[in-house]
Amino acid sequence: MKLEGKVAIITGGAGGLGKETSLLFAREGAHVVVADYNKSLAEETAKEINGIGLGVDVSIRDQVNRMVNEVIEQFGKIDILINNAGITMDSTLVKMTQEQWDQVISINQTGVFHCTQAVVPHMIKEGYGRIINTSSIVGRMGNFGQTNYAATKAAVIAMTQTWAKELGRKGINVNAVAPGFIMTAMTEKMPEKILNGMREKVPLQRLGTPRDIANTYLFLASDDSSYINGAVIPVDGGLSI
Amino acid sequence: MPLKNSVAVITGAGSGIGRSVSLKLSEKGMLVVLVDYDKKGGEETLHLVKENGGEGILIQADVSKGSDVERYVSKTIEEFGRIDVFFNNAGVLGIPSLLADYSEETFDRIIAVNLKGSFLGLKYVLKVMEEQQSGVIINTASTAGVQSTPFLGGYSASKHGVVGLTKTAAAEYGPKGIRINAICPGGVVTNMTKDMDMSDPVQNGPLGRPASPDEIANVVCFLVSDEASYMNGSIVTIDGGLTA
Repeated sequence: MKLEGKVAIITGGAGGLGKETSLLFAREGAHVVVADYNKSLAEETAKEINGIGLGVDVSIRDQVNRMVNEVIEQFGKIDILINNAGITMDSTLVKMTQEQWDQVISINQTGVFHCTQAVVPHMIKEGYGRIINTSSIVGRMGNFGQTNYAATKAAVIAMTQTWAKELGRKGINVNAVAPGFIMTAMTEKMPEKILNGMREKVPLQRLGTPRDIANTYLFLASDDSSYINGAVIPVDGGLSI
Repeated sequence: MPLKNSVAVITGAGSGIGRSVSLKLSEKGMLVVLVDYDKKGGEETLHLVKENGGEGILIQADVSKGSDVERYVSKTIEEFGRIDVFFNNAGVLGIPSLLADYSEETFDRIIAVNLKGSFLGLKYVLKVMEEQQSGVIINTASTAGVQSTPFLGGYSASKHGVVGLTKTAAAEYGPKGIRINAICPGGVVTNMTKDMDMSDPVQNGPLGRPASPDEIANVVCFLVSDEASYMNGSIVTIDGGLTA
């Protein structure tokens, strides 16, 4: 087991990608804290793996602080933070509302800042930590209809690099994963024709699975990646090359 | 792809990162084909592989020569019938100097081994993998392949070239079921860097220390595994944050 005895907070931990990660980390021996906007889903997922489920809106600082306090009370430390929570509210630039912009920024960008800032002092105290942020290939390439989302995913890369520089010497590695097209509840609803078009754009000719991303999170959370810091790891089948 | 009894070809297997990868893949049950120009280093690695209960062969070859590359590939097929993993890793550093003083011989040699050698490896191994409709390739680039590297102009140019080869190979052969990725190690304590000052905090980046070959090899093992089956064309920096 690769995460024996480690305490891991996974934000968005009850959604498609996050849930896959929560289950995988638990199988690898971690104490998993499933933090999700949807409290009942968080508790449900946590129940499956004997973890802790917390309802948390990462855009609200008080809720994040409460989460961290609860985890410290329970386990005394936090080894791994997966900043996985994220939303999309797509619209072309001309049609995008202020609310669509603000909402996506507050969860995808400010939320990552909140969680990391609240968790890091506890990692510094232990001289150990693994922080993994979820970016996206659109953070490097942009995407039609995703001004807000792409901006936050670029911000995640910049924050990752900054924190890698600030925290490396304190025993904390900070990295980002940049998924490409991944099969989720969202893509399941898309027409087959559009899905085929997406597959054709990917050199590996398929969409990624939540498991592909969860495997990468696990690798970056494990000791196998001890010298990787400040890296952005594309997991996109070659879409971004 | 289960790694047990599958076949890995490792160039530059006689020392450093190549040796560590050879040992780790062998420990996972792979048959290893060790390629190195330095026969003595290659023999030492083969000895270590066998001491650990692994199986493999050594082929002495100059990766900058097409005929040598063709030979290590055909010999592998003769012995083991296939190539599942190719670690395209052999490289040289050359004598550091400013570009105006950089010798033409050094430049030619570095390009021949690091860049042409990587190309030739891809050229002959991809043919085999295309027939199999499967395979994984990891090219060794470097942080010098993604940023400026004063005094190592030829090396930096060769490694930027390896990054370009990697992306092109991933685009061309991804649809054929072959994954190609590159690693970009920063400072690693090996034979190649034994004359360099590895204690320089600037060179070591935020983690404040160089890597061990094992820390690089662990990443290679992940990239060749099924856990990384959706990674293709990725340029993975393993540098403690140096290029972040």
